[in-house]
Amino acid sequence: MSISRQNTDEPPFVRYLLITIAITFMALFLLLPLILVFYCAFEEGLTTYWTALTSRRTIRAIGVTLLTVGIAVPINVLFGIMSAWCLGKFNFWGKSLLISLIDLPFAVSPVIAGLLFVILFGMHSIFGDWLMANFGIKILHTTTATVIATMFVTFPFVTRELLPTMQAQGSEEELAARVLGANGLQIFFRVTLPNIKWALLYGVVLCNARAMGEFGAVNVVSHGGKNNTLSLLIYETYQSDLVAAFAVSTLLALMAIVTLVLKTYIEMKTQDE
Amino acid sequence: MSIEVQNITKSFGNFLALNDVSLYVKTGELVALLGPSGSGKTTLLRIIAGLEEADEGSGPVLFNNHNVANSKIGDRGVGFVFQHYALFRHMTVFENVAFGLRVRPRETRPDNGEIRRRVLELLRLVQLDTQANRYPHQLSGGQRQRVALARALAVEPQVLLLDEPFGALDAKVRVELRQWLRRLHDEIHLTSVFVTHDQDEALEVADRVAVMSAGKVEQFATPNEVFHKPATEFVMNFLGSVNKFRGQITDGKVRLGGQYIMDVPENTEEAKLFVRPHELLISHKKTPNSFNLRAVVKRIHSAGARVRVELETHSGDPMTAEMTHAMLSDLNLETGQEVYVTPCNIHVFGSDEHSLEE
Repeated sequence: MSISRQNTDEPPFVRYLLITIAITFMALFLLLPLILVFYCAFEEGLTTYWTALTSRRTIRAIGVTLLTVGIAVPINVLFGIMSAWCLGKFNFWGKSLLISLIDLPFAVSPVIAGLLFVILFGMHSIFGDWLMANFGIKILHTTTATVIATMFVTFPFVTRELLPTMQAQGSEEELAARVLGANGLQIFFRVTLPNIKWALLYGVVLCNARAMGEFGAVNVVSHGGKNNTLSLLIYETYQSDLVAAFAVSTLLALMAIVTLVLKTYIEMKTQDE
Repeated sequence: MSIEVQNITKSFGNFLALNDVSLYVKTGELVALLGPSGSGKTTLLRIIAGLEEADEGSGPVLFNNHNVANSKIGDRGVGFVFQHYALFRHMTVFENVAFGLRVRPRETRPDNGEIRRRVLELLRLVQLDTQANRYPHQLSGGQRQRVALARALAVEPQVLLLDEPFGALDAKVRVELRQWLRRLHDEIHLTSVFVTHDQDEALEVADRVAVMSAGKVEQFATPNEVFHKPATEFVMNFLGSVNKFRGQITDGKVRLGGQYIMDVPENTEEAKLFVRPHELLISHKKTPNSFNLRAVVKRIHSAGARVRVELETHSGDPMTAEMTHAMLSDLNLETGQEVYVTPCNIHVFGSDEHSLEE
């Protein structure tokens, strides 16, 4: 053991140098900004912090964000499971094209995604005019637009997490369940879903984190003000009221920490099984 | 329940997996589908189960003379054991076995007490009643195999189908488990078909063996018959090793080295002679009234229940003979020695690869 260690390891000097560089880099670029967010938020005392957090516009932004996440994430989970199910368990014509298409939101810059929706639903656009004329519905600059843009940007997360798991598991267990007399719904709820639960949860956590923090696409389709999400509010207040901006930022930062803890927990769980 | 498939053809793209296959399995019989990979044996099994559909124009799949082609998989009354078991990994052994009963519609579903009673009974049958609360990944390969079997039996199938049931197990467990499967079959008498590529397994366990090659059934007979009276060259080759000779044909008679072997039909052009290693006798003197071939002993493998002797003829053709240790010590064989080799049982095949005997 000790011999093989000596033979395969780098000299101590190199090891410590590499470790030091890695830790310094992480501290500088990851930890320091996080600490600074909290430092700046509490710079003018707890009262100022609390006032900024409980102001009407913050409360409203929290509401809009939760609403957006509350709609976008469940819908993406549903479609994510469906698309991963049909991509992972069946073979059909155009499958690889569909897989590439699912990654489109990752490949396209969120700003461009936002512009896409402006072209689709904006003034004098195809859907915008039609929806306005027939139903009197306005999409752009409303929370609906925020939800749609968020959905687009966060669409791939669930599918991307589920697909490798489902592909690796194959469809033998489903086949076995079918031979034993189970119907489609029983197969899904008793066999498929329990097998993917951790991957699914992982996808949901990532999708949720991304949905809460989404800025680019939402910034393009939203009009600010009443429809501000947390990230839009931070951007808006950042110009005028730095402490308020950082106070709101702490919310998203906390959210990020919770996400990381959850993520680590799920990773540990999946390794156990 | 009897199983009958008639004129089944199945292709995957350009690959013809089954070519006009018909098979009749009697009620209560244990049948092996034996063949190399790609011979179509698994495809045939999956078509019987309903996991795969035969090509258009194929004949029906009949259970007790009743066409099941249009009935759903779950309604066929089939117990299927998958090659890699396909156990539900998130369920305990107990729940795996209970699955088939739990998913039944309410009218036919037994109550929890009844399910429990039946699952425990099955687990006792497969000797796993102490493992009921464990998960598949905590079990050994042989135990998983038995869980898969118990799960398939839980739905009280009319027919049991097993795809390479011992394929993923190590040699010792394989032998134990196949003997156990034979005893189990003698106890419950369920019509069963299993797929294997291992001839020992097929010959030892099955009542009848269907030897398959390139999408066709070459021979469907008892283990004794396929071993001692192979119908085709393929069957001869597949069930153990062989020594090949080329016979001479004159006046409808096959001769080997001038020695008369058998009569053949007039227009036979070619005769291929096959001799199993244990039917090749070695001696230091010529055997009268039979074919004698001069050969040199190249190697003697004596680590095993029987001795295998590798020989080489003067023309450089290799041969293998098999004998007991007693015979070896009587002969006093050594490598480099020159000996006479005499076949005591010859199988003759024509140019169409079919047996010319009888």
